[in-house]
Amino acid sequence: MPDTHALVSDFLNKLKKRKIEGSKATAKLTAELLRSVISQQRLPNTNQAGALIHAIKAIGDQLTAANPVEVAVGNIVRRVLHIIREEDVSLTTASIGGLSLQGLSDDDDDDDNPLVSAAAAAAAARTTLRPPSLQTLLEDIPPHSAAASAAAAALHHSSSSAGDSEDKTKSTDKNSRSRKLKHNVIEAVNELIQDIATCHELIAEQAVEHIHHNEVILTLGSSGTVIEFLCAAKEKKRSFRVFVAEGAPRYQGHTLAKELVARGLQTTVITDSAVFAMISRVNMVIVGAHAVMANGGVIAPVGLNMVALAAQRHAVPFVVLAGIHKLCPLYPHNPEVLLNELKSPSELLDFGEMSDCMDFGTGTGSPLLHVVNPAFDYVPPKLVSLFITDTGGHNPSYMYRLIADYYSADDLVLQQRPTS
Amino acid sequence: MGAKKGGKEDAVEDMPHVPLKAILLADSFTTKFRPITLECPKVLLPIVNTPMIDYTLAWLESANVEEVFVFCCSHSKQIIDYLDKSKWVNQPNFSVSTIESHNCISAGDALRFIYDKNVINGDFVLISGDTVSNMILTEALQEHKERRQKDSNAVMTMVIKQSKPSQITRQTRLGTDELFMAIDPATKQLLYYDDKSDDQKGTLTLDKAFLAENPSISVHNDKQDCYIDICSPEVLSLFTDNFDYQHLRRHFVKGLLVDDIMGFKIFTHEIHSDYAARIDNFRSYDSISKDIIQRWTYPFVPDVQFSLNNPTNLERHGIYRASEILQSRSAEIGPFTYIGKGSSIGGKTVISNSVIGDGCKIGSNVLIDGCYIWNNVTIEDGCNLKQAILCDGVVMKSGSVLEPGVVLSFNVVVGQEFVVPAYSKVSLLPQPVTQDSDEELEYADNNSGIIHTIDTLENGNSRTEWESSEVGIGGRGFIWSMSEVDHEEEWRHSVAPIPETKLIELTQMVFDNLELNIQDDIVLAVPGEQESGNESDDDNIDDSLQIFEKEIEATFLRAVHEKVKDDHIILEVNSLRLSYNLALEDCASALFYSMMKLALDTTHTSPASLVKNANDVMSRYGKLLKPYLQSVDGEIEVILKFEEMCSESAKEFAAVFVQILHMLYDKDIIQEEAILNWAEEKEGADESDKVFVKQSEKFIQWLNEASEEED
Repeated sequence: MPDTHALVSDFLNKLKKRKIEGSKATAKLTAELLRSVISQQRLPNTNQAGALIHAIKAIGDQLTAANPVEVAVGNIVRRVLHIIREEDVSLTTASIGGLSLQGLSDDDDDDDNPLVSAAAAAAAARTTLRPPSLQTLLEDIPPHSAAASAAAAALHHSSSSAGDSEDKTKSTDKNSRSRKLKHNVIEAVNELIQDIATCHELIAEQAVEHIHHNEVILTLGSSGTVIEFLCAAKEKKRSFRVFVAEGAPRYQGHTLAKELVARGLQTTVITDSAVFAMISRVNMVIVGAHAVMANGGVIAPVGLNMVALAAQRHAVPFVVLAGIHKLCPLYPHNPEVLLNELKSPSELLDFGEMSDCMDFGTGTGSPLLHVVNPAFDYVPPKLVSLFITDTGGHNPSYMYRLIADYYSADDLVLQQRPTS
Repeated sequence: MGAKKGGKEDAVEDMPHVPLKAILLADSFTTKFRPITLECPKVLLPIVNTPMIDYTLAWLESANVEEVFVFCCSHSKQIIDYLDKSKWVNQPNFSVSTIESHNCISAGDALRFIYDKNVINGDFVLISGDTVSNMILTEALQEHKERRQKDSNAVMTMVIKQSKPSQITRQTRLGTDELFMAIDPATKQLLYYDDKSDDQKGTLTLDKAFLAENPSISVHNDKQDCYIDICSPEVLSLFTDNFDYQHLRRHFVKGLLVDDIMGFKIFTHEIHSDYAARIDNFRSYDSISKDIIQRWTYPFVPDVQFSLNNPTNLERHGIYRASEILQSRSAEIGPFTYIGKGSSIGGKTVISNSVIGDGCKIGSNVLIDGCYIWNNVTIEDGCNLKQAILCDGVVMKSGSVLEPGVVLSFNVVVGQEFVVPAYSKVSLLPQPVTQDSDEELEYADNNSGIIHTIDTLENGNSRTEWESSEVGIGGRGFIWSMSEVDHEEEWRHSVAPIPETKLIELTQMVFDNLELNIQDDIVLAVPGEQESGNESDDDNIDDSLQIFEKEIEATFLRAVHEKVKDDHIILEVNSLRLSYNLALEDCASALFYSMMKLALDTTHTSPASLVKNANDVMSRYGKLLKPYLQSVDGEIEVILKFEEMCSESAKEFAAVFVQILHMLYDKDIIQEEAILNWAEEKEGADESDKVFVKQSEKFIQWLNEASEEED
């Protein structure tokens, strides 16, 4: 336990100090951290899934608060929670299968106890197994309090009663089951880590379907996914040209151009402000993203909204590459979402050169110069033509459906403070 | 997990395996923040609602420093208590330990004390606890290490940053005096450091030798000293060896630069995109607060939780808002404002460019501009505050007014409708009566002071000694009186911007000085930056040569009259030579001149007795010349000097020139070769110059023959 504690605080520290950057790195590190937390978590005899979920939520809360702008952290926490729930349900259903059969054969009518517990277990199975629909959402909302915590409590209760019922009938099986749950969850988290690691390749495999001969591709800033994507097309003997907008103020486009040239791609570097002038010659815009929101909107490096608007003006397809770990189940208007972060003005201008503008000893004493250096842009879904994820190409309007596959509705709000 | 470990190791590999240590001086040893520092140590003063020391520690942690020794002196208990409660203790890979001493009155003492503790054995970062920075140390550290390997005398690397001083006030943004630095552009070695310019005239006097010795130097007045030093362990022992070093810059840095015996060198590392600055006075407190709010110190900004600061949201126009704020709908919060947790703001209140701490209660119709309001301050309706600092627990009764530059220390109460005059400092503690003449002292009688406060606080309102003339009816606090000089200078270091009238005055002064500079061409004016090559001023050398000769003569005569030992005379002449920076030959000729003068001044009746006098003098003091006559050139110089004497100042010698020359030759002061060379040199000269050569023709001929015979 102290070991995990140290790990968590170390990771928290790094997130707070902005030492870890980039959604892929954060996603991977988060998943690995949670895996070690799960493997070291001691589980009580009853309600193991509930305990695990509680532990993960508590850590997830801290992690998301540490750097709210890195949504990938929250995504992974929610993914892991979803995994725990699913594994729990599959185990429960497996046992319930036997249990309900038993109950039915034992006494058909008025014996209350087993029937109630079986019903509860069935209810639990239903809530978790059902595909998301309006009905589920409505049913889950208890009359008195906010949806999330109550729903969690409901599940908590139901799964615990399931555990209780099982306690009576199959106590011998318990130990093996607890190990099994943990084992299954860790297995699934490993798969998730694997997914994050291979998402580049999976996305890049689709490159040939999208990039054609003699096309001109425009991109902005630097994204590992985009590099792999373009190079994959190049390896398939497609010949095309790439325009790289340099991506001020960090000028990551320069490193991207370097990388592309090293891999033998015909590359042209342009300024960000030249994007509109160049867009008419471009066949497709391919960019990376920081996060993809539930409505299909994209949080992307600063400057991309302008590129997207230019692309729309000239009817150029605007394609966003995003690993599935970037998919955030929240909407941009949710209060938990921090869309942007303002970085140090020193990236824009030199402090020494401008220091005479910031001499508060003379004049009115109020700063007349203000430098704004946002890290991200929000690109609304209507400007995005296509998302290419590790699971294939999707329309922005399809995002909510993908979210239902990967996240459970109970986990959308990680913060426990407001409700409790 | 595995990958994470790997990442960590990579980071570690860049660093040396010796854990990097840092000494954090949690005491500034100055009185600039009085009266606040009488009750609370400077490093715990909040800047944008977080104690200064947290910024420093957070930076040290992010710079991969592993062990920090916090040196506490005044109010050490408060600092230790704070650190114990903070998150800095019990951190993996980052240990903070405190060193406590109450006898230290300067940074020098502190470093000597730490040296005695023997905790530092490798390179360390020396920083004071009031520094805000986000610089990446790796590069500077690497440079320092590389230099050390090449040259073990490179003991310190100083971090500097470009920052222009104001043209008018000759003062930097941070309220310190303009700083002049001379740096070797190639090696980045610091050659000259001066933070006290001549009466703010913007002039700088450099030693000629300094220009002569260094092939190229660049002189800067736009560099800001960040007070972050990477030091080798020798620095501590240097402080111990030179027990009179007190101030880090004034004594230590200047001491090293002047002292060329040990040959220790200081280098500079300039940072460009990173931020670093030290809070030295109220003006820099204001500037750095604004820099933090403007995010130059990212990631150490209020909305990033780098220490135990409250979570804060950044809104548009640079407004930071913590949680649980009660704000009236009609209150107007202007740009670049921080509002702390649990504060309440009444209707129609206007706040701009200010920092408001936690739990403050601000009434309605209050006007706050450019103020720094700490925690739990109560401001009643209708107050008007401009560019002031209000410490914890201050109460401003309704309708009171603070004029620019006011500082209200802890728990001061300002009475109703009272106007606190500009630049006044108000504290519950009375001003120490005996102001220490030495401004380095910070913590004088603070212990008794604290007890005194507690007394007054407990008694509460029962004390009625507060004079209503000072802080109004119902107010509590003493206005600290400032001496006339202090008051004149108060605007320099205040949080308030410099008033218009002062600026006009200063502008006038600058123009006057410019005119003055034009007339006075010896002084080197420094507009911005100057690259100066290898140049020297001939007029100056002539000037100083004459003065030097007079000095030597005086020294020599004194020595003769007081019968000083020969060794001592040589020593004195040597020191004169160094201070005038002249060659050995110059000494020889000057010394010779004074000897001849002595011979001349001794009573004599005929040329023969003059020769005898000269002979006496030479046989007595001739050996003084020896150390300076190591080459033929020197000897020729002496002959030329003698010749000059004969033809100008001491014509009496003209008659006996040859005799004296012969005498010098006999006494081995001048060698044959020199005389011959001199004669050769003179061959091409004018007839008038040849008078003495002709006189000594025979002697030279004899010398020639003698040498031929020898062959």
